[in-house]
Amino acid sequence: MSLVLGIILLLVKLGLVLIGLLVGAGWLTFGERRLLGWIQIRLGPNRAGPWGLLQPVADIVKLLTKEDLIPEGADRFIFLYAPAVVAMTALLIFAVVPFAGDVTLMGIRIPMVISDLNVGLLFALALSSLGVYGVALGGWASNSKYSLLGGIRAVAQMISYELSLGLSLVPVVMLAHSFSLVEIVQGQAKYPYILVQPVAFLIFFISAVAEVKRIPFDLPEAENELVAGYHTEYSGMRFGLYFLGEYVTMVVLGALVAVFFLGGWRGPLLPPILWFFVKVTLIVFVFIWLRATLPRLRYDQLMHLGWKVLVPVALLNIVATGGVALMLGR
Amino acid sequence: MTDSKTKDGYLQQTLEIFRGMGQGLGVTLIHLFRRNITEEYPEYKRPLPERSRARIILTRDPDGEERCVACFLCAAACPVSCISMDGDEREDGRRWARWFRINFARCIYCGLCEEACPTLAIQLTPFFEFCDRKILNLVAEKEDLLVDHGGKNEEYNFYRYAGVTMVGEKGSHINEEKPVDLRSNLP
Repeated sequence: MSLVLGIILLLVKLGLVLIGLLVGAGWLTFGERRLLGWIQIRLGPNRAGPWGLLQPVADIVKLLTKEDLIPEGADRFIFLYAPAVVAMTALLIFAVVPFAGDVTLMGIRIPMVISDLNVGLLFALALSSLGVYGVALGGWASNSKYSLLGGIRAVAQMISYELSLGLSLVPVVMLAHSFSLVEIVQGQAKYPYILVQPVAFLIFFISAVAEVKRIPFDLPEAENELVAGYHTEYSGMRFGLYFLGEYVTMVVLGALVAVFFLGGWRGPLLPPILWFFVKVTLIVFVFIWLRATLPRLRYDQLMHLGWKVLVPVALLNIVATGGVALMLGR
Repeated sequence: MTDSKTKDGYLQQTLEIFRGMGQGLGVTLIHLFRRNITEEYPEYKRPLPERSRARIILTRDPDGEERCVACFLCAAACPVSCISMDGDEREDGRRWARWFRINFARCIYCGLCEEACPTLAIQLTPFFEFCDRKILNLVAEKEDLLVDHGGKNEEYNFYRYAGVTMVGEKGSHINEEKPVDLRSNLP
Protein backbone atom coordinates (compact mmCIF):
# COMPACT_ATOMS: atom_id res chain seq x y z
CA MET A 1 0.00 0.00 0.00
CA SER A 2 1.16 3.52 -0.67
CA LEU A 3 3.24 5.57 1.70
CA VAL A 4 0.61 8.24 2.30
CA LEU A 5 -2.06 5.68 3.08
CA GLY A 6 0.32 3.89 5.41
CA ILE A 7 1.11 7.09 7.25
CA ILE A 8 -2.55 7.99 7.58
CA LEU A 9 -3.39 4.56 8.94
CA LEU A 10 -0.50 4.80 11.36
CA LEU A 11 -1.66 8.17 12.63
CA VAL A 12 -5.19 6.90 13.05
CA LYS A 13 -3.96 3.90 14.98
CA LEU A 14 -1.72 6.08 17.11
CA GLY A 15 -4.56 8.45 17.91
CA LEU A 16 -6.95 5.68 18.81
CA VAL A 17 -4.45 3.85 20.97
CA LEU A 18 -3.38 7.03 22.74
CA ILE A 19 -6.91 8.09 23.47
CA GLY A 20 -7.87 4.57 24.47
CA LEU A 21 -4.96 4.25 26.86
CA LEU A 22 -5.41 7.64 28.48
CA VAL A 23 -9.14 7.21 28.87
CA GLY A 24 -8.62 3.68 30.08
CA ALA A 25 -6.04 4.72 32.66
CA GLY A 26 -8.22 7.60 33.79
CA TRP A 27 -11.25 5.43 34.33
CA LEU A 28 -9.05 2.79 35.88
CA THR A 29 -8.44 5.16 38.79
CA PHE A 30 -12.19 5.30 39.26
CA GLY A 31 -12.63 1.57 38.79
CA GLU A 32 -9.92 0.83 41.31
CA ARG A 33 -11.50 3.03 43.95
CA ARG A 34 -14.88 1.44 43.38
CA LEU A 35 -13.50 -2.09 43.42
CA LEU A 36 -11.43 -1.43 46.52
CA GLY A 37 -14.56 -0.04 48.14
CA TRP A 38 -16.62 -3.12 47.38
CA ILE A 39 -13.92 -5.43 48.64
CA GLN A 40 -13.84 -3.38 51.84
CA ILE A 41 -17.67 -3.69 52.15
CA ARG A 42 -18.24 -0.03 51.45
CA LEU A 43 -19.12 1.94 48.35
CA GLY A 44 -16.52 3.68 46.27
CA PRO A 45 -17.11 7.14 44.83
CA ASN A 46 -20.60 7.21 43.36
CA ARG A 47 -21.66 10.86 43.46
CA ALA A 48 -19.87 12.55 40.56
CA GLY A 49 -22.24 11.58 37.76
CA PRO A 50 -24.32 8.44 37.17
CA TRP A 51 -22.78 5.78 39.36
CA GLY A 52 -19.83 8.12 39.91
CA LEU A 53 -18.58 7.65 36.35
CA LEU A 54 -17.52 11.28 36.00
CA GLN A 55 -15.18 11.02 38.96
CA PRO A 56 -12.01 11.02 36.80
CA VAL A 57 -13.24 14.21 35.14
CA ALA A 58 -13.70 15.77 38.55
CA ASP A 59 -10.20 14.62 39.52
CA ILE A 60 -8.68 16.10 36.39
CA VAL A 61 -10.43 19.41 36.93
CA LYS A 62 -9.22 19.46 40.51
CA LEU A 63 -5.64 18.69 39.53
CA LEU A 64 -5.61 21.27 36.77
CA THR A 65 -6.87 24.03 38.99
CA LYS A 66 -4.37 23.40 41.77
CA GLU A 67 -1.34 25.58 42.30
CA ASP A 68 1.76 24.29 40.56
CA LEU A 69 4.36 24.48 43.30
CA ILE A 70 8.03 24.25 42.44
CA PRO A 71 10.32 24.06 45.47
CA GLU A 72 12.87 26.81 45.76
CA GLY A 73 16.09 24.87 45.40
CA ALA A 74 14.68 22.45 42.87
CA ASP A 75 16.39 21.82 39.58
CA ARG A 76 13.73 23.48 37.46
CA PHE A 77 14.15 21.77 34.13
CA ILE A 78 14.40 18.24 35.50
CA PHE A 79 11.63 18.87 38.01
CA LEU A 80 9.30 19.98 35.27
CA TYR A 81 9.97 17.13 32.89
CA ALA A 82 10.53 14.09 35.13
CA PRO A 83 6.83 13.13 35.27
CA ALA A 84 6.68 13.33 31.51
CA VAL A 85 9.44 10.69 31.25
CA VAL A 86 7.40 8.26 33.33
CA ALA A 87 4.17 8.82 31.44
CA MET A 88 5.87 8.81 28.06
CA THR A 89 7.74 5.53 28.49
CA ALA A 90 4.63 3.87 29.80
CA LEU A 91 2.61 4.98 26.80
CA LEU A 92 5.38 4.04 24.35
CA ILE A 93 5.50 0.41 25.49
CA PHE A 94 2.08 0.00 23.97
CA ALA A 95 3.50 0.71 20.53
CA VAL A 96 4.61 -2.91 20.16
CA VAL A 97 1.66 -4.66 21.78
CA PRO A 98 -0.72 -6.38 19.36
CA PHE A 99 -4.26 -5.86 20.53
CA ALA A 100 -6.08 -7.80 17.82
CA GLY A 101 -5.34 -9.98 14.83
CA ASP A 102 -5.00 -8.57 11.32
CA VAL A 103 -8.05 -6.69 10.15
CA THR A 104 -8.89 -6.49 6.46
CA LEU A 105 -10.64 -3.23 5.59
CA MET A 106 -11.57 -2.57 1.99
CA GLY A 107 -9.03 -5.02 0.73
CA ILE A 108 -6.16 -3.58 2.77
CA ARG A 109 -4.68 -5.74 5.48
CA ILE A 110 -4.18 -3.62 8.58
CA PRO A 111 -2.12 -5.12 11.39
CA MET A 112 -3.57 -4.22 14.76
CA VAL A 113 -0.27 -3.20 16.25
CA ILE A 114 1.32 0.18 15.90
CA SER A 115 4.76 -1.09 15.19
CA ASP A 116 5.66 -4.73 14.77
CA LEU A 117 9.31 -4.54 15.75
CA ASN A 118 11.15 -7.79 15.45
CA VAL A 119 12.79 -7.01 18.80
CA GLY A 120 9.54 -5.89 20.38
CA LEU A 121 10.18 -7.66 23.67
CA LEU A 122 13.54 -5.95 24.12
CA PHE A 123 11.94 -2.65 23.24
CA ALA A 124 9.32 -3.10 25.95
CA LEU A 125 11.90 -4.03 28.56
CA ALA A 126 14.14 -1.16 27.54
CA LEU A 127 11.32 1.32 27.91
CA SER A 128 10.43 0.09 31.35
CA SER A 129 14.09 0.58 32.27
CA LEU A 130 13.91 4.12 30.95
CA GLY A 131 10.90 4.71 33.13
CA VAL A 132 13.21 4.39 36.12
CA TYR A 133 14.83 7.64 35.04
CA GLY A 134 11.62 9.53 35.57
CA VAL A 135 11.39 8.37 39.14
CA ALA A 136 15.06 8.96 39.88
CA LEU A 137 15.07 12.42 38.33
CA GLY A 138 11.88 13.36 40.12
CA GLY A 139 13.29 12.34 43.44
CA TRP A 140 16.59 14.15 42.81
CA ALA A 141 15.17 17.31 41.36
CA SER A 142 12.84 17.91 44.28
CA ASN A 143 15.75 19.03 46.41
CA SER A 144 14.30 17.35 49.47
CA LYS A 145 16.02 14.67 51.50
CA TYR A 146 12.92 12.58 51.82
CA SER A 147 12.19 12.76 48.12
CA LEU A 148 15.73 11.73 47.38
CA LEU A 149 15.58 8.71 49.65
CA GLY A 150 12.20 7.73 48.27
CA GLY A 151 13.50 8.09 44.76
CA ILE A 152 16.59 6.02 45.53
CA ARG A 153 14.52 3.24 47.02
CA ALA A 154 12.15 3.30 44.08
CA VAL A 155 15.04 3.09 41.64
CA ALA A 156 16.66 0.21 43.54
CA GLN A 157 13.37 -1.66 43.62
CA MET A 158 12.64 -1.14 39.96
CA ILE A 159 16.04 -2.16 38.66
CA SER A 160 16.12 -5.22 40.90
CA TYR A 161 12.82 -6.48 39.58
CA GLU A 162 13.67 -5.72 36.00
CA LEU A 163 16.17 -8.55 36.13
CA SER A 164 13.59 -11.15 37.00
CA LEU A 165 11.18 -9.49 34.57
CA GLY A 166 13.57 -10.08 31.71
CA LEU A 167 14.80 -13.47 32.85
CA SER A 168 11.28 -14.82 33.14
CA LEU A 169 10.65 -13.91 29.53
CA VAL A 170 13.59 -15.92 28.16
CA PRO A 171 11.60 -19.19 28.17
CA VAL A 172 8.80 -17.43 26.31
CA VAL A 173 11.28 -16.41 23.64
CA MET A 174 12.57 -19.97 23.57
CA LEU A 175 9.07 -21.26 22.97
CA ALA A 176 8.10 -18.69 20.36
CA HIS A 177 11.48 -18.52 18.61
CA SER A 178 11.10 -14.80 18.25
CA PHE A 179 11.34 -11.50 20.10
CA SER A 180 8.47 -9.97 18.19
CA LEU A 181 5.30 -9.73 20.22
CA VAL A 182 3.12 -10.41 17.19
CA GLU A 183 4.91 -13.70 16.61
CA ILE A 184 4.73 -14.57 20.31
CA VAL A 185 0.96 -14.21 20.14
CA GLN A 186 0.85 -16.22 16.94
CA GLY A 187 2.96 -18.90 18.59
CA GLN A 188 0.24 -19.42 21.16
CA ALA A 189 -2.19 -20.69 18.58
CA LYS A 190 -2.50 -24.12 20.16
CA TYR A 191 -2.18 -23.31 23.86
CA PRO A 192 -1.30 -20.23 25.89
CA TYR A 193 2.19 -20.26 27.35
CA ILE A 194 0.93 -20.10 30.92
CA LEU A 195 0.16 -23.79 30.69
CA VAL A 196 3.75 -24.76 29.92
CA GLN A 197 5.48 -21.97 31.86
CA PRO A 198 3.55 -21.45 35.09
CA VAL A 199 6.68 -20.54 37.05
CA ALA A 200 7.69 -17.94 34.48
CA PHE A 201 4.18 -16.50 34.59
CA LEU A 202 4.35 -16.18 38.36
CA ILE A 203 7.76 -14.55 38.30
CA PHE A 204 6.74 -12.15 35.55
CA PHE A 205 3.55 -11.25 37.38
CA ILE A 206 5.31 -10.57 40.66
CA SER A 207 7.99 -8.53 38.91
CA ALA A 208 5.30 -6.59 37.07
CA VAL A 209 3.60 -5.73 40.36
CA ALA A 210 6.95 -4.54 41.68
CA GLU A 211 7.67 -2.50 38.54
CA VAL A 212 4.45 -0.56 38.86
CA LYS A 213 5.21 0.00 42.54
CA ARG A 214 1.87 -1.43 43.59
CA ILE A 215 1.07 -3.05 46.88
CA PRO A 216 2.74 -5.20 48.19
CA PHE A 217 5.75 -3.42 46.70
CA ASP A 218 4.68 0.16 47.14
CA LEU A 219 7.21 1.28 49.73
CA PRO A 220 8.43 4.13 47.49
CA GLU A 221 4.92 5.50 47.49
CA ALA A 222 3.79 4.50 50.92
CA GLU A 223 6.60 6.54 52.24
CA ASN A 224 4.27 9.39 51.52
CA GLU A 225 2.24 8.27 54.43
CA LEU A 226 5.17 7.41 56.59
CA VAL A 227 7.73 10.02 55.62
CA ALA A 228 7.81 11.15 52.01
CA GLY A 229 8.35 9.73 48.56
CA TYR A 230 9.75 10.75 45.23
CA HIS A 231 6.64 12.68 44.30
CA THR A 232 6.17 14.64 47.52
CA GLU A 233 7.01 18.03 46.13
CA TYR A 234 4.77 17.62 43.13
CA SER A 235 1.33 19.21 43.06
CA GLY A 236 -1.45 19.67 40.63
CA MET A 237 -1.21 18.20 37.18
CA ARG A 238 2.44 17.15 37.49
CA PHE A 239 1.44 14.88 40.31
CA GLY A 240 -1.48 13.80 38.17
CA LEU A 241 0.94 12.92 35.40
CA TYR A 242 2.98 10.72 37.74
CA PHE A 243 -0.13 8.89 38.77
CA LEU A 244 -1.44 8.64 35.26
CA GLY A 245 1.93 7.15 34.34
CA GLU A 246 1.52 4.59 37.09
CA TYR A 247 -1.94 3.56 35.97
CA VAL A 248 -0.92 3.46 32.32
CA THR A 249 1.99 1.21 33.33
CA MET A 250 -0.49 -1.00 35.13
CA VAL A 251 -2.63 -1.35 32.03
CA VAL A 252 0.40 -1.83 29.78
CA LEU A 253 1.95 -4.49 32.00
CA GLY A 254 -1.41 -6.21 32.11
CA ALA A 255 -1.35 -6.16 28.33
CA LEU A 256 2.17 -7.60 28.34
CA VAL A 257 1.15 -10.41 30.68
CA ALA A 258 -1.76 -11.15 28.40
CA VAL A 259 0.46 -11.17 25.31
CA PHE A 260 3.25 -13.26 26.76
CA PHE A 261 1.37 -15.82 28.76
CA LEU A 262 -2.36 -15.69 28.17
CA GLY A 263 -2.43 -15.83 24.40
CA GLY A 264 -2.86 -12.14 23.55
CA TRP A 265 -6.01 -11.63 21.54
CA ARG A 266 -6.64 -15.31 20.94
CA GLY A 267 -9.86 -16.91 22.11
CA PRO A 268 -12.75 -19.00 20.84
CA LEU A 269 -15.96 -17.08 20.31
CA LEU A 270 -15.63 -13.36 20.86
CA PRO A 271 -13.89 -10.92 18.51
CA PRO A 272 -10.13 -10.68 19.18
CA ILE A 273 -10.08 -7.18 20.52
CA LEU A 274 -12.71 -8.12 23.07
CA TRP A 275 -10.64 -11.06 24.24
CA PHE A 276 -7.65 -8.78 24.62
CA PHE A 277 -9.73 -6.36 26.63
CA VAL A 278 -11.06 -9.17 28.81
CA LYS A 279 -7.60 -10.49 29.55
CA VAL A 280 -6.17 -7.07 30.39
CA THR A 281 -9.15 -6.39 32.63
CA LEU A 282 -8.61 -9.68 34.40
CA ILE A 283 -4.94 -8.95 35.10
CA VAL A 284 -5.73 -5.44 36.28
CA PHE A 285 -8.45 -6.85 38.51
CA VAL A 286 -5.88 -9.13 40.08
CA PHE A 287 -3.60 -6.12 40.64
CA ILE A 288 -6.40 -4.35 42.48
CA TRP A 289 -7.32 -7.50 44.36
CA LEU A 290 -3.73 -7.82 45.58
CA ARG A 291 -3.80 -4.21 46.68
CA ALA A 292 -6.89 -4.85 48.75
CA THR A 293 -5.46 -7.93 50.42
CA LEU A 294 -1.77 -7.82 51.06
CA PRO A 295 0.31 -5.77 53.47
CA ARG A 296 3.37 -3.92 52.32
CA LEU A 297 6.77 -5.58 52.08
CA ARG A 298 9.56 -4.02 54.04
CA TYR A 299 12.45 -2.74 51.97
CA ASP A 300 14.88 -5.52 52.88
CA GLN A 301 12.20 -8.17 52.36
CA LEU A 302 11.54 -6.66 48.96
CA MET A 303 15.21 -6.80 47.98
CA HIS A 304 15.54 -10.31 49.33
CA LEU A 305 12.61 -11.45 47.25
CA GLY A 306 13.90 -9.82 44.10
CA TRP A 307 17.50 -10.93 44.22
CA LYS A 308 17.59 -14.08 46.28
CA VAL A 309 14.34 -15.73 45.28
CA LEU A 310 13.06 -14.55 41.92
CA VAL A 311 16.34 -14.34 39.99
CA PRO A 312 17.59 -17.84 40.94
CA VAL A 313 14.18 -19.37 40.27
CA ALA A 314 14.03 -17.60 36.90
CA LEU A 315 17.51 -18.89 36.02
CA LEU A 316 16.58 -22.42 37.02
CA ASN A 317 13.44 -22.09 34.95
CA ILE A 318 15.50 -21.10 31.92
CA VAL A 319 17.79 -24.10 32.37
CA ALA A 320 14.85 -26.45 32.82
CA THR A 321 13.06 -25.07 29.79
CA GLY A 322 16.18 -25.39 27.70
CA GLY A 323 16.67 -28.94 28.86
CA VAL A 324 13.10 -29.96 28.09
CA ALA A 325 13.22 -28.24 24.72
CA LEU A 326 16.42 -30.09 23.84
CA MET A 327 14.89 -33.37 24.93
CA LEU A 328 11.77 -32.83 22.88
CA GLY A 329 13.88 -31.84 19.93
CA ARG A 330 12.56 -28.32 19.39
CA MET B 1 15.06 -17.36 60.13
CA THR B 2 17.66 -20.13 59.94
CA ASP B 3 15.46 -22.47 61.96
CA SER B 4 12.62 -22.29 59.49
CA LYS B 5 15.03 -23.03 56.63
CA THR B 6 16.14 -26.33 58.15
CA LYS B 7 12.87 -27.44 59.71
CA ASP B 8 10.60 -27.26 56.68
CA GLY B 9 12.04 -27.77 53.25
CA TYR B 10 11.85 -25.02 50.62
CA LEU B 11 8.98 -26.73 48.87
CA GLN B 12 6.95 -26.94 52.05
CA GLN B 13 7.66 -23.31 52.85
CA THR B 14 6.61 -22.25 49.40
CA LEU B 15 3.38 -24.20 49.70
CA GLU B 16 2.75 -22.61 53.08
CA ILE B 17 3.26 -19.19 51.57
CA PHE B 18 0.87 -19.86 48.73
CA ARG B 19 -1.71 -21.33 51.07
CA GLY B 20 -1.55 -18.31 53.36
CA MET B 21 -1.82 -15.85 50.51
CA GLY B 22 -4.59 -17.86 48.95
CA GLN B 23 -6.64 -17.77 52.14
CA GLY B 24 -6.25 -14.00 52.37
CA LEU B 25 -7.14 -13.51 48.73
CA GLY B 26 -10.14 -15.79 49.16
CA VAL B 27 -11.46 -13.70 52.03
CA THR B 28 -11.20 -10.49 50.05
CA LEU B 29 -12.81 -12.07 47.02
CA ILE B 30 -15.79 -13.25 49.06
CA HIS B 31 -16.23 -9.77 50.44
CA LEU B 32 -16.49 -8.45 46.90
CA PHE B 33 -19.82 -10.19 46.56
CA ARG B 34 -21.25 -9.28 49.90
CA ARG B 35 -23.59 -6.39 50.49
CA ASN B 36 -21.87 -3.21 51.61
CA ILE B 37 -22.69 -1.57 54.91
CA THR B 38 -22.62 2.02 53.73
CA GLU B 39 -25.63 4.20 54.54
CA GLU B 40 -25.76 6.80 51.80
CA TYR B 41 -26.51 10.07 53.47
CA PRO B 42 -29.03 12.24 51.71
CA GLU B 43 -31.11 9.27 50.59
CA TYR B 44 -31.06 7.60 53.97
CA LYS B 45 -30.90 9.69 57.12
CA ARG B 46 -30.07 7.75 60.20
CA PRO B 47 -32.45 8.63 63.05
CA LEU B 48 -30.53 10.31 65.86
CA PRO B 49 -31.15 9.77 69.57
CA GLU B 50 -33.47 12.32 71.12
CA ARG B 51 -30.73 13.67 73.33
CA SER B 52 -28.41 14.46 70.38
CA ARG B 53 -27.09 17.96 70.70
CA ALA B 54 -27.67 20.15 67.68
CA ARG B 55 -29.85 23.18 67.04
CA ILE B 56 -30.91 25.20 70.06
CA ILE B 57 -34.51 26.15 70.82
CA LEU B 58 -36.23 28.22 73.49
CA THR B 59 -39.23 26.38 74.87
CA ARG B 60 -42.53 27.34 76.42
CA ASP B 61 -44.42 26.43 79.61
CA PRO B 62 -47.40 24.08 79.70
CA ASP B 63 -49.34 27.34 80.14
CA GLY B 64 -47.94 28.72 76.91
CA GLU B 65 -45.71 31.36 78.47
CA GLU B 66 -42.00 31.62 77.57
CA ARG B 67 -39.81 29.77 79.99
CA CYS B 68 -36.75 31.98 79.62
CA VAL B 69 -36.27 34.40 82.52
CA ALA B 70 -33.09 36.08 81.19
CA CYS B 71 -31.06 34.94 84.17
CA PHE B 72 -27.83 34.87 82.08
CA LEU B 73 -26.84 31.46 83.46
CA CYS B 74 -26.59 29.97 79.94
CA ALA B 75 -24.52 32.92 78.72
CA ALA B 76 -22.22 32.46 81.70
CA ALA B 77 -21.92 28.72 81.16
CA CYS B 78 -21.23 28.95 77.43
CA PRO B 79 -17.54 28.20 76.82
CA VAL B 80 -17.37 30.23 73.61
CA SER B 81 -19.63 33.10 74.67
CA CYS B 82 -22.08 32.73 71.84
CA ILE B 83 -25.24 33.63 73.82
CA SER B 84 -26.30 37.13 74.61
CA MET B 85 -29.60 38.54 75.80
CA ASP B 86 -31.27 41.44 77.54
CA GLY B 87 -33.88 41.00 80.28
CA ASP B 88 -36.97 42.96 81.09
CA GLU B 89 -39.80 42.76 83.60
CA ARG B 90 -43.46 42.44 82.73
CA GLU B 91 -46.27 44.25 84.53
CA ASP B 92 -47.03 41.20 86.66
CA GLY B 93 -43.40 41.01 87.75
CA ARG B 94 -42.39 38.07 85.60
CA ARG B 95 -38.98 38.39 83.98
CA TRP B 96 -38.54 37.69 80.30
CA ALA B 97 -35.87 38.17 77.64
CA ARG B 98 -36.43 41.17 75.37
CA TRP B 99 -33.94 39.95 72.85
CA PHE B 100 -31.96 36.72 72.82
CA ARG B 101 -29.19 36.05 70.37
CA ILE B 102 -27.18 32.91 69.72
CA ASN B 103 -24.30 32.93 67.25
CA PHE B 104 -24.50 29.45 65.75
CA ALA B 105 -21.18 29.97 64.01
CA ARG B 106 -19.49 30.01 67.39
CA CYS B 107 -21.70 27.49 69.11
CA ILE B 108 -19.99 24.19 69.79
CA TYR B 109 -23.18 22.31 70.69
CA CYS B 110 -21.78 21.20 74.02
CA GLY B 111 -25.08 21.44 75.87
CA LEU B 112 -23.69 23.31 78.87
CA CYS B 113 -26.32 26.01 78.45
CA GLU B 114 -29.03 23.33 78.54
CA GLU B 115 -27.57 21.97 81.75
CA ALA B 116 -27.28 25.40 83.33
CA CYS B 117 -30.79 26.62 82.61
CA PRO B 118 -32.95 26.56 85.76
CA THR B 119 -36.24 26.82 83.94
CA LEU B 120 -35.43 24.26 81.23
CA ALA B 121 -35.99 26.98 78.66
CA ILE B 122 -32.98 26.53 76.39
CA GLN B 123 -32.75 23.01 74.91
CA LEU B 124 -30.78 21.28 72.17
CA THR B 125 -32.58 19.28 69.50
CA PRO B 126 -31.28 16.65 67.05
CA PHE B 127 -31.82 18.90 64.02
CA PHE B 128 -28.45 19.65 62.38
CA GLU B 129 -29.04 20.45 58.71
CA PHE B 130 -28.98 24.22 58.84
CA CYS B 131 -25.62 25.15 57.36
CA ASP B 132 -25.38 28.34 55.33
CA ARG B 133 -22.91 29.96 52.98
CA LYS B 134 -23.23 33.40 54.58
CA ILE B 135 -21.89 33.33 58.08
CA LEU B 136 -24.05 36.21 59.25
CA ASN B 137 -27.16 34.19 58.49
CA LEU B 138 -26.14 31.86 61.28
CA VAL B 139 -26.81 34.41 64.02
CA ALA B 140 -30.21 33.41 65.39
CA GLU B 141 -32.47 35.94 67.08
CA LYS B 142 -35.17 35.12 69.58
CA GLU B 143 -37.88 34.71 66.96
CA ASP B 144 -35.77 32.02 65.26
CA LEU B 145 -35.26 30.18 68.51
CA LEU B 146 -38.62 30.37 70.26
CA VAL B 147 -40.90 27.39 69.66
CA ASP B 148 -44.49 26.65 70.64
CA HIS B 149 -43.97 23.45 72.55
CA GLY B 150 -42.17 22.38 75.68
CA GLY B 151 -39.27 20.56 74.04
CA LYS B 152 -38.03 17.61 76.05
CA ASN B 153 -39.99 18.43 79.20
CA GLU B 154 -43.59 19.27 78.40
CA GLU B 155 -44.77 19.39 82.05
CA TYR B 156 -42.20 21.49 83.87
CA ASN B 157 -43.20 24.97 84.96
CA PHE B 158 -40.52 26.79 86.91
CA TYR B 159 -42.96 29.15 88.49
CA ARG B 160 -44.75 26.33 90.25
CA TYR B 161 -41.53 25.48 92.05
CA ALA B 162 -39.86 28.80 92.81
CA GLY B 163 -41.09 32.13 93.96
CA VAL B 164 -44.40 30.73 95.19
CA THR B 165 -45.92 32.00 98.41
CA MET B 166 -46.65 29.17 100.85
CA VAL B 167 -50.37 28.86 101.47
CA GLY B 168 -50.71 25.34 102.86
CA GLU B 169 -48.93 23.73 105.76
CA LYS B 170 -45.31 22.62 105.68
CA GLY B 171 -44.73 19.83 103.16
CA SER B 172 -47.57 20.75 100.84
CA HIS B 173 -45.45 22.33 98.07
CA ILE B 174 -44.41 20.33 95.00
CA ASN B 175 -41.54 17.95 95.80
CA GLU B 176 -41.34 19.19 99.37
CA GLU B 177 -40.74 16.57 102.05
CA LYS B 178 -42.87 16.48 105.22
CA PRO B 179 -41.03 17.86 108.30
CA VAL B 180 -39.15 15.26 110.39
CA ASP B 181 -40.95 14.06 113.55
CA LEU B 182 -38.44 14.83 116.35
CA ARG B 183 -40.28 12.81 118.99
CA SER B 184 -40.16 9.47 117.26
CA ASN B 185 -37.41 7.01 116.48
CA LEU B 186 -38.90 5.95 113.21
CA PRO B 187 -37.26 7.26 110.02
